[in-house]
Amino acid sequence: MNTEVTPEKVSVIASEPDPVLGYRSFQFGEFKFTRDAYFVHISWPKGVHTMEVDRFLRAMVRDIGWGFFYGWIFFDDVFGTQNHYGTVDIYAGTYSKGHKETGVDYLETYNTDDVRVAFETISKDWINEGYDPLSAPLETGSPLGAKQQEASGPLIRGFEPARRMLGLAGDVQPRSDETGHPINRAFADLDYDLPDIEAEPGFEDQIHAINLFDHIARADVTWNPSFTSITRACICCVTSEEHMLPVIHGNDRNEWFIQLTDEIHWNIQDKNSGNPRGRIVMKSGDICAMPADIRHQGYSPKRSMLMVLENGTPGLEEKYATGELEPFPITASRW
Amino acid sequence: MSYKTMVGSLASYEKGSIELNDDLKHYAFSNIFEICNSSSPYERIMVASNLEYCAEVTRAEGVSPWYTAPHDEFAIVMEGEIEFEFYQLEDDEKPANEAGAVRLAADPKGKRMGKVTARRGHEVLLPQGSAYRLTSANPGVVLFQTMAGPESVEKWSEICVLG
Repeated sequence: MNTEVTPEKVSVIASEPDPVLGYRSFQFGEFKFTRDAYFVHISWPKGVHTMEVDRFLRAMVRDIGWGFFYGWIFFDDVFGTQNHYGTVDIYAGTYSKGHKETGVDYLETYNTDDVRVAFETISKDWINEGYDPLSAPLETGSPLGAKQQEASGPLIRGFEPARRMLGLAGDVQPRSDETGHPINRAFADLDYDLPDIEAEPGFEDQIHAINLFDHIARADVTWNPSFTSITRACICCVTSEEHMLPVIHGNDRNEWFIQLTDEIHWNIQDKNSGNPRGRIVMKSGDICAMPADIRHQGYSPKRSMLMVLENGTPGLEEKYATGELEPFPITASRW
Repeated sequence: MSYKTMVGSLASYEKGSIELNDDLKHYAFSNIFEICNSSSPYERIMVASNLEYCAEVTRAEGVSPWYTAPHDEFAIVMEGEIEFEFYQLEDDEKPANEAGAVRLAADPKGKRMGKVTARRGHEVLLPQGSAYRLTSANPGVVLFQTMAGPESVEKWSEICVLG
């Protein structure tokens, strides 16, 4: 593997705008990012890779918002990031057999904040007003063509995590009309009532319930899990999913999916090689583990509601990486 | 264009599929409505397990035992109308176990805290320091976010797709 560890601060360097299309190019460490009307071109010592610009931007803004998430975020089969919780790898070809065998793979490690700043800088320059990579494709404009006016809204949103439970006093509040989040068109057929809460005096802050489906139905982002309730280090996230997960996720620990409504089709690959293992179709009420040795990518034909259970215990990634923990959740003696 | 949102129920659910060149036990694929169609009322069946953390599903029907846990739990109603009643624990009622739900030996002695009546899609806080019980006139389905404990029932071979 061609690897460069860069523990010192690295700043992203922007070029002058392209005289024809208007976009800047960016140098970050040994990686160079350029875009044209249709594609993003990523180059590094010995290699270059081209991606469709919509997919690149959808992946990049989520990678920023997730804080680089758990484990590996593959923008596609070649390029992506791995979170080490303090540092982040950017790799090209590291998990691609062809790139490895020809020696053109490359990986560089940076401080997390430096990667975040670099990705934000690139995204801001390349996202035009009217195109929102967090929205479903049917709900936003096109990223193609020359530079127009830069988007004015927040680059990332919907990522503020609840600390105990959504809606408690002092915690993150559920989405509502008042917060500017109407019910999405794809969930308009459901009824959304509120739970009936009768708290005795003095217990108003402990007797608590919300309409979780209402909160999800109002999401103005897709493939964007947000914390809703926390049991010690167990994090429950919910998310609305439409079209395709614009990354391939390789987790560094086990996680669980609970399909609340509708259906999602998941392609499953071996995490290290990318070789296909098959597919899973999850429908309302289905529960399935995503083991720590796979990559997965979801396709949601209709906007659906998904719950994700994560174990946020620090250091788990090392226990799975070293084999101290098996890469699947239900060990043999429990069957 | 109008949309039809599909939400499963005890009477009507469609299970998905799993086709993998891998050991299906690694994925523990199951369906909560199918499980609750064949389980006893208030049997807390583990359907997700992440080391000490888990999700349990229960068929809510009639009145449950009184439960408590040494940490917050959360309940999501997937079907039915469920009443959750809460009492504050006295010191001698606080759970001795380190994790997971446990039954109280008798009715709680502390102050009544209140109740929540929840329906499909509602999420209810089951706060640490409280005793709670569920009441449902008709069969319902409740999913708990919790930790593995004395009430957790594991029967993976019965509930999961294995071939």
